[in-house]
Amino acid sequence: MTEILGVLLSANFAFASIRMASPLLLAAMGGLFSERAGVLSLGLEGMMLSGTLAAFLGSYYSGSPWVGLLAAAAAGGVVALVYAAACVTFRANQVVAAVGLNILAVGATGLAFRGAFGVTHHLHRAPAFQPINVPVLSDLPVVGPILFRHLFPVYLAFLLVPVVIFVLYRTTWGLKLRSAGENPLAAETLGVKVERMRYTGIIISGLLAGMGGSLLSTGFISTFMEEMTAGRGWIAFSAIIFGKWTPIGTFLATMLFGAADALQLRVQALGLAIPYQLLLLFPYLLTLCALVLVGRTQAPAALGTPYERMGGSRK
Amino acid sequence: MTAHEPSAARRSSGRIGPALRGIASSLLTPILAVLAAFMVGSVVIGVLKVNPLLAYGHLLRGAVGNLGQLTTTLVSSIPLIFAGLAVTLAFRASVWNIGAEGQLYMGALLAVWAGTALRLPAGLHLLVALAFGAAGGSLWAAIPGFLNARRGLNEVITTILMNYIAIWFVAYMIHYPLREPGWNPQTSQVLASARLPILIEGTSLHAGIILALAAAAVVHILLTRTGLGFAIRMVGANRQAARYAGVNVAAVTVVTMALSGALAGLAGASEILGTRYRLLEGFSPGWGFDAIAVALVGRTTALGTILGALFFGALRTGANVMQASTGLPVVAVYFIQGLVVLFMIAGSAANFVRKSAERRKEAGTVDRDTGSAAIS
Repeated sequence: MTEILGVLLSANFAFASIRMASPLLLAAMGGLFSERAGVLSLGLEGMMLSGTLAAFLGSYYSGSPWVGLLAAAAAGGVVALVYAAACVTFRANQVVAAVGLNILAVGATGLAFRGAFGVTHHLHRAPAFQPINVPVLSDLPVVGPILFRHLFPVYLAFLLVPVVIFVLYRTTWGLKLRSAGENPLAAETLGVKVERMRYTGIIISGLLAGMGGSLLSTGFISTFMEEMTAGRGWIAFSAIIFGKWTPIGTFLATMLFGAADALQLRVQALGLAIPYQLLLLFPYLLTLCALVLVGRTQAPAALGTPYERMGGSRK
Repeated sequence: MTAHEPSAARRSSGRIGPALRGIASSLLTPILAVLAAFMVGSVVIGVLKVNPLLAYGHLLRGAVGNLGQLTTTLVSSIPLIFAGLAVTLAFRASVWNIGAEGQLYMGALLAVWAGTALRLPAGLHLLVALAFGAAGGSLWAAIPGFLNARRGLNEVITTILMNYIAIWFVAYMIHYPLREPGWNPQTSQVLASARLPILIEGTSLHAGIILALAAAAVVHILLTRTGLGFAIRMVGANRQAARYAGVNVAAVTVVTMALSGALAGLAGASEILGTRYRLLEGFSPGWGFDAIAVALVGRTTALGTILGALFFGALRTGANVMQASTGLPVVAVYFIQGLVVLFMIAGSAANFVRKSAERRKEAGTVDRDTGSAAIS
């Protein structure tokens, strides 16, 4: 117990938690736009993985991780566009479309990497983001090293939270987006273009998830591996639910998942006999219990339901 | 439930022509989707400066080229058949079981416990271990079924959450309570009395394949010839109408999920009792998720699910030989599988558009009652 307290209280652990949380945070903030518009963000995994490869290739060929970041956003956006076309235009089942795209993304990224570098056992590296020490703040005791010595996409992730709150709750556009997810029929009657709102929400989720993916291949490490996202897109999806579909809640949830991840790495690295598996299980159990206690009232009412324009039949 | 079954009656009246045509047209979309996927795949493979025909030749050879490869394909299809049936059955009640992955982990856990801790005569021991596996998956799936029926919680969300709970719980069990003394986090081996027998000496093909095919037959009969199956399909077609017709929708939902989970549990149990004999972390390469694609390609019928599982199993098995011979990565087949799923959606979408256009022409007005599911 004292060992685990020692880990939890170390500045190193706090720093690592923020690091591990940030790819999840970027993807989950994006996913919020999709979910609040009424479309399950089950495709985050594929969008993130595409971003991971695109960031690597963009950075490798241009020599700049910034180009990689743009490429990552674009790649995530393209996957999102396909998901949107399937779910919104063709009203395909969202689960099926997402499963197809997620499998496709694993194959496409693997093939593209092979196409770029051939059969090789040589480890290819691309320029990665370097930590930005925020002037003055990074020299503060304790807080400085924990909060102000991160990579650019990490800051971006955290700065996004207030932006997302503002956009979703303080703008007309945000109201329209949420109305498409709560009651698309009523929204349409009031002149909201539901299908366009859903397309936009999904594409934003792709852009941000792609950028989240860039942290994996041109951030914390500077190489690409097959299936590198390892389920982080699904964790981001869970974080949105844990956060009750609100930006603040989602933010806190990604921090919790990030901390659990960081703790797991510490425990393994130090060889401590702590059943970290139960700690990793805990956030999901808590999410499920919260859902059971509060019921479905928190989710956007039309989440997961395809919408047919002008009063089509809905279950 | 003694509801009369209209389609079964029609089938038994012996009109073979329409039945065959029905099978042909339901096979058409998957076959076209597979062909289209392989064609797009060949272009990509060509761009990578590998002869696509050569690559596909190696893929085929790796999947069915000799007895060893063929049996490997069959063995890798077994969990996919079980898990695919799980998704198919739930889908017929319009319930999305995305939790097959977690359920197969729980099935494997209970099966491995029964197979290592209990002392029973051979045969009986195997049956008990299989029953434990089915029960593990079944209980794990009944929870989201119940939460959906009673609390209205979206089963897509709850089953995904429960996947993680199961995977980490099983990891904990492997690391601590069930850990075999020694360096590696793994359970001890299932006793010989609880193992599925090998069918062909010198290969890995075990009796799980027979169980999987039997399970498919049971699912087919359940859906087409029983009152429960009729109720499941009624709930799937229209919950409201089923409720008015006196079907206990909540009970049907929970029972369907429990049966679906039992099938997924058997996916895990058969792998443990037939192939690995012990449980390790991450023993599933994502069968529970592939099962969704398998069920879709199989058009959510029992027979189709078998074909879909064999197809996916063959691709994954053949991919290793293809990689060794051509240098194409194993994930190339994921690319093809993903394309198959997307082309299936595109095919259904095309159908959907054509049908609504036809109906519009017939009725002379815009018919809005086309339903929302563009997949079945």
